[in-house]
Amino acid sequence: MSFAREVVPRAPSLDIDAMLDDRGVRVVVCCGSGGVGKTTTAAALALRAAERGRRVVVLTIDPARRLAQSLGLTELDNEPRPVEGVDGTGSLDAMMLDMKRTFDEFVEANADAERAATIIANPFYQSLSSSFAGTQEYMAMEKLGQLRNRSEAEDLWDLVIVDTPPSRSALDFLDAPRRLGSFLDGRFLRILAAPAKAGGRGLARMMSAGFGMFTGVLNRLLGAQVLTDIQIFVASVDTLFGGFRQRADETYQMLQAPDTRFVVIAAPERDALREASYFVDRLEADSMPLAGLVLNRVQLTTVPELAASAATAAAERLEADGGSPTTAALLRIHADRAATLDRQRRLADRFTSVHKTIEVATVPAMAADVVDLDGLRAVGAALADHL
Amino acid sequence: MAAPEDDDVRDVDWDGVRLHVVSGKGGTGKTTVAAALAIALATSGKKVLVVEVEGRQGLAQIFDVPPLPYADRKVAVAPGGGEVYALAIDPEEALLEYLEMFYNLRVAGSALRKMGAIDFATTIAPGVRDVLLTGKAKEAVRRKGKDGKNVYDAVVMDAPPTGRIARFLNVNSEVAGLARTGPIRSQADAVMEVIGSRLTAVHLVTLLEEMPVQETADGVAELQAAKLPVGGVVVNQMRRPLLSAADQTKARKGHLDREALAHDLAAAGLVKGGALVGSHGAVTVDDVVRALAVEGAEHAERVALEQRERDNLEGLHRPTYELPFLPDGVDLSSLYQLAELLRTQGMA
Repeated sequence: MSFAREVVPRAPSLDIDAMLDDRGVRVVVCCGSGGVGKTTTAAALALRAAERGRRVVVLTIDPARRLAQSLGLTELDNEPRPVEGVDGTGSLDAMMLDMKRTFDEFVEANADAERAATIIANPFYQSLSSSFAGTQEYMAMEKLGQLRNRSEAEDLWDLVIVDTPPSRSALDFLDAPRRLGSFLDGRFLRILAAPAKAGGRGLARMMSAGFGMFTGVLNRLLGAQVLTDIQIFVASVDTLFGGFRQRADETYQMLQAPDTRFVVIAAPERDALREASYFVDRLEADSMPLAGLVLNRVQLTTVPELAASAATAAAERLEADGGSPTTAALLRIHADRAATLDRQRRLADRFTSVHKTIEVATVPAMAADVVDLDGLRAVGAALADHL
Repeated sequence: MAAPEDDDVRDVDWDGVRLHVVSGKGGTGKTTVAAALAIALATSGKKVLVVEVEGRQGLAQIFDVPPLPYADRKVAVAPGGGEVYALAIDPEEALLEYLEMFYNLRVAGSALRKMGAIDFATTIAPGVRDVLLTGKAKEAVRRKGKDGKNVYDAVVMDAPPTGRIARFLNVNSEVAGLARTGPIRSQADAVMEVIGSRLTAVHLVTLLEEMPVQETADGVAELQAAKLPVGGVVVNQMRRPLLSAADQTKARKGHLDREALAHDLAAAGLVKGGALVGSHGAVTVDDVVRALAVEGAEHAERVALEQRERDNLEGLHRPTYELPFLPDGVDLSSLYQLAELLRTQGMA
């Protein structure tokens, strides 16, 4: 047992290797709030799975520069590329999501060349594909769907691991695509584009009274050109994709499939654990397959029996008696660690006492940043409790 | 603790700045720094508003008050009779307020909501949400009381993370695709008059780790490219370099004198009869010595890494402020300590 588990003494432990070795698991989704180490965890899981014999593709969203380089993510062509230096019989491909490009490819795959060109040139589409809230999540889902379909059709991979966008809230990954889909298919856009056709007759009558005022306000708010752009956009995508919302729903359903596993990632900090808690509740409510929680950056000590207060008191005694400043400093270093571990344990305890059955894996705080395959291997070993 | 000083002669780095935007990579402690900065700025009888824009209720948590409504609430007092107010800016409320203010259209709100227009404007449309959020902050900066004076001496914003900050603040270009004319456009221009000016400083919070430092450098470059006023860099959670330089080297090489260490532990009364006191013989003195040596080595490693990253930060040539790592976490009383540290370093 690794000492990092000290932080969650009562939680059942998450058997990472069992999950990665299970051929029935085809998709692993890594989610959590920003800054908790999602990308690193996704990459570490992918490398470990590959070195245990799986043929893995990992979709990262926004990796740190040196980590991206070590994964060979230098060619940004929105396609998975093989990672060099992976041991064993498995394989690892990695890619970084290019949101605009994924959207463009999605349009090109679903429309004839001329129509696709019209759509891609439309100013409203350009805002939509580059800066709408939810587009990144929608495209991450879309890419995940594509990778999964290809892994079956072309037998390239047997495991897809995805990192999720750095959203305000971890729940955005689940909700944003459908929100955007609903908007794109929704009444609002139809009304803007073609007021006469919108809704049923009753609705049309109700709308017509307010509509002049409504478009008037919008025109005043946004400027008239926007409405024209939207009208052209809606006319050209109409019936093209079988509906944005439907497509988002289909990907969502894929996430509920029995061969998917969600790994929720958190740091032992108040905000991150709160987000993780919301996310776990949501997965349970939507019967999505949760593997467990990864608790990153846990402070380690091999002598938890030496309490922070005792170490501090001893350091003070040494300092007062003119004892060795080196020993006093080492005791203070330990006291800081023990105090950090105590705080992390209290925070983790709050989580595990509410989510009693959630399995937990821990990763100790590393002295250095994870920037290469060896670093990822070390994280993977910690995840699997093989430190 | 700083000696009591006369505010007029204090040398403060951000004189004339009324909007302090605090950004940073996720997990670096933006909210903590924003809250501490608000207290620091409010010290000596000032009135400061701290706003959050991401609907996380992080300020309520840190000030230990109930969730904040869409209205300014007093959340803390500052040393010397200052006051800190907090506000969670909700884009939907801000939109309705805006429609009411300019078009007397609040009544139309529910009709707009039914059509999905409110959702569109506040959650999906690029830039519109940001114009509403930054617009509200701008309004607080400009707000005048009956006496014609500013209601708030300063406004602090707990802003989105570094990766999104330039786009978030640069509402001008953000709404360009959607609104080329009309009031959203004018509102964006009015916001830029404050945010793009010397009234504003965008501070970035970082840890001394590779990724946050890299993001800070990228953030500074992006802000400069967007002609947004870059403020200071706040280095958060710094480790105290507890070991002397010579001991750091020894610790990293594994050359610490373990016998002397064991002797000192006995002298300090921590070990007796070859075991840790209170461990009933389960933890031997060797266990303790080995653990302290390993922890010392990791600490030295960490301090060395922090030093490297600090050198990288220096290359940015921004005023830099340092806040210590707090092993026990941040509570209300530690916010006041952090605020004092920001003041003594001249950030406020």
